[in-house]
Amino acid sequence: MINFLKYKFFYFIISGIVLVVGIFSLVRYGFVFSLDFTGGGIVEYSFDKKISRDVIQKTTQTEGIKIVSIEETGENRYLLKTAPIDEKKEETLRKKIQDAHKVRIETLRFETVGPTMGKETAQKTIIAAIVAIIGIFLYLTISFSRFTYGLAAIVALIHDFLIVLGTYSLLSRFLDAEFDTLFVTAILTTMSFSVHDTIVVFDKIREHTKIETTTPFSHLANKAVTETMVRSLNNSLTIILMLLALILLGGLSIKFFVATLLIGTITGTYSSPFIAVPVLEMMEGKKKRK
Amino acid sequence: MIRKVRLAPVIFFVFLVIIILIDLPENRTLKFSLGGFKVDTIIHPLRIDFQIGTWRIKKNFSTHLGLDLKGGSHLVYEADMKKIVLSDREDALSSLRDVVEKRVNFFGVSEPSIQTYKTGDNYRLTVDLPGVQDVSETMALIGKTAELDFREEAAMSSADIKEATQTPVILRLTQKTDLTGRHIKKSSIQFDPNTGKPVVALIFNGEGAKLFEEITKRNVGKALGIFLDGIPISAPTVQQAISGGEAVISGDFSVDEAKNLSIAINSGALPVPIKLKELKAIGPTLGAEHVRKSVFAGMIGLVAVVVFMVSYYGFFGIIASFALLIYGLITFALFRAIPVVLTLSGVAGFILSIGMAVDANILIFERIKEEERKGKSRDIAIRIGFGKAISAIKDANLTTLLVAFILFNPFNFSLFPQFGLVKGFALTLGIGVLTSLFTGVVITRRLIGAFYKNQPRSKPPNRRSNRGKK
Repeated sequence: MINFLKYKFFYFIISGIVLVVGIFSLVRYGFVFSLDFTGGGIVEYSFDKKISRDVIQKTTQTEGIKIVSIEETGENRYLLKTAPIDEKKEETLRKKIQDAHKVRIETLRFETVGPTMGKETAQKTIIAAIVAIIGIFLYLTISFSRFTYGLAAIVALIHDFLIVLGTYSLLSRFLDAEFDTLFVTAILTTMSFSVHDTIVVFDKIREHTKIETTTPFSHLANKAVTETMVRSLNNSLTIILMLLALILLGGLSIKFFVATLLIGTITGTYSSPFIAVPVLEMMEGKKKRK
Repeated sequence: MIRKVRLAPVIFFVFLVIIILIDLPENRTLKFSLGGFKVDTIIHPLRIDFQIGTWRIKKNFSTHLGLDLKGGSHLVYEADMKKIVLSDREDALSSLRDVVEKRVNFFGVSEPSIQTYKTGDNYRLTVDLPGVQDVSETMALIGKTAELDFREEAAMSSADIKEATQTPVILRLTQKTDLTGRHIKKSSIQFDPNTGKPVVALIFNGEGAKLFEEITKRNVGKALGIFLDGIPISAPTVQQAISGGEAVISGDFSVDEAKNLSIAINSGALPVPIKLKELKAIGPTLGAEHVRKSVFAGMIGLVAVVVFMVSYYGFFGIIASFALLIYGLITFALFRAIPVVLTLSGVAGFILSIGMAVDANILIFERIKEEERKGKSRDIAIRIGFGKAISAIKDANLTTLLVAFILFNPFNFSLFPQFGLVKGFALTLGIGVLTSLFTGVVITRRLIGAFYKNQPRSKPPNRRSNRGKK
């Protein structure tokens, strides 16, 4: 058995550093928000032959379409981010480029969104998530017949939530990852995974406390962590294998979604033995056990 | 002792066959020869079509791909309810839905989905049109107010007439009559027996028939204009007074145009004005690419997980891989049976859930190994290990189910997400969790029961003595 709990302040410091960096980035840089949140247009074209960025830029200018950015997404493929445009403008733009440069264009994607849509989804999701957290707390309190388990699990969950949010802000700042609705689902997955993982360890602790009623709590907690460590790592590894496959081969548009899930899986696994258990031990350990 | 016929394996086998039948690829030609035996058929997933009394069951199992994978358009409209009394708004929204649905159906879009929802003070309508890319045409039709009216020549002083005759007929039709689209009972497309050209037939209601008779009576020999949304469609010359309430609009229509017009007249004006809030159109190329890449990624991931499980857990790993395969088959069958519309995030969630489904197996194996290490016999170890693992599996999965339930928002509370991405994700998550519970508790147990007990082991197993004990 390894005395994991002996180093609990070391874990807190590691988490603290990551959290501070993440939250700093969150406050300082925030996020690059996606179309759903900012409102605007996205047009992705595939051309049948080479065409330069300038040509597209010029045509949009003469058509009076405000361009936010032009990005090359593949061979003869461009993604234009614009101010909100309607479908007629998009059509004229497409025809103008086609006629003037003798190319054929296939519209891969065309989106135009008012700015309130994403905000609404996000707000509702946050409310739903808070209700879900309360539900998890109540369930664990009933199932473990102690509120401390629920509380510790929620602390770990919020820890994971903040880590993912902070790290994503860094991704957003340096790699242009966008805060979009996919990210919202990734956060939700992380949160449910985090609790899932914590419960497995807590279940072991509960089992031990029932059998060994006189052993100090910290001893039982250490034992539980030691016993579940292999399972935890193996489980995460299988998920990470799946995610790595997705990140290496999957479509470009889910790259950051998968990256978020990857971060979520790692922090979700880490937080169970190194955050949830120490927090539980701090609440339970001081009490006298019968 | 007389051996009873054991039912469980039979049921399990039948279940598996049905699942595999549901999961078969769609429209795939199978061609091979085995010895002298030649096979050449087209494979389809299971189709159910039978009748019990008056009760008919018909179901096709096929994969439903979301707009982002199949290509198509997603439109969100906001209804302007300013002029409508608060208590009537829900009704207005649902009749708006009906009108839009009629118009969309005209396009022959397969599986359009039109939904309404209220958020705060906003009333919204979402229209999903799989496979439709030419959005402008669709949008024109959806947004059309389709207000039909009939106009006659304004009474003019004789001094004006000379000048007026030089302007085209259409421009002289400025006097609106009382006859409008409200008076039309039904409109349909017909073909002119003389020219073979499509025309739009109108049947008026009682009041309309009377009005129409009056109008035609006073306009014999003159043109009568038929206007849709203020745009002249046709201006036939009235030959005689028409009673009976039937009329025909003959313009220079193509069949499609005539159909379009007839639909627009039938569906009438929208009960409330609408404004486009969001439009997403995705071409089929991008969607197909996503499907191809995700399937490939899923395969690679699955192989990696299997390799890892087998190399780490040995025999248990093989069982887990089987359980995983069955998990994948069941989940996919459920996606087809319910059906769940698969979007990109849904597919990613599914692939991720495969990784998570292994967890139940790992938990069980670790527990069994633990019990064996304590020196318990294999039979007992399996039983105790299972029992202990189930408690953790139950708690962990129930909380995840709880989260999925709240996010899915089955009662459609306006406080929570009401549609789209988050709901779809919650559904795939929920199905994934339930299936992994099932495979973990039922399938893995069965596989272990069938194969693991008989595995050779250093200590002689005393299977017999333990079987049948509580």
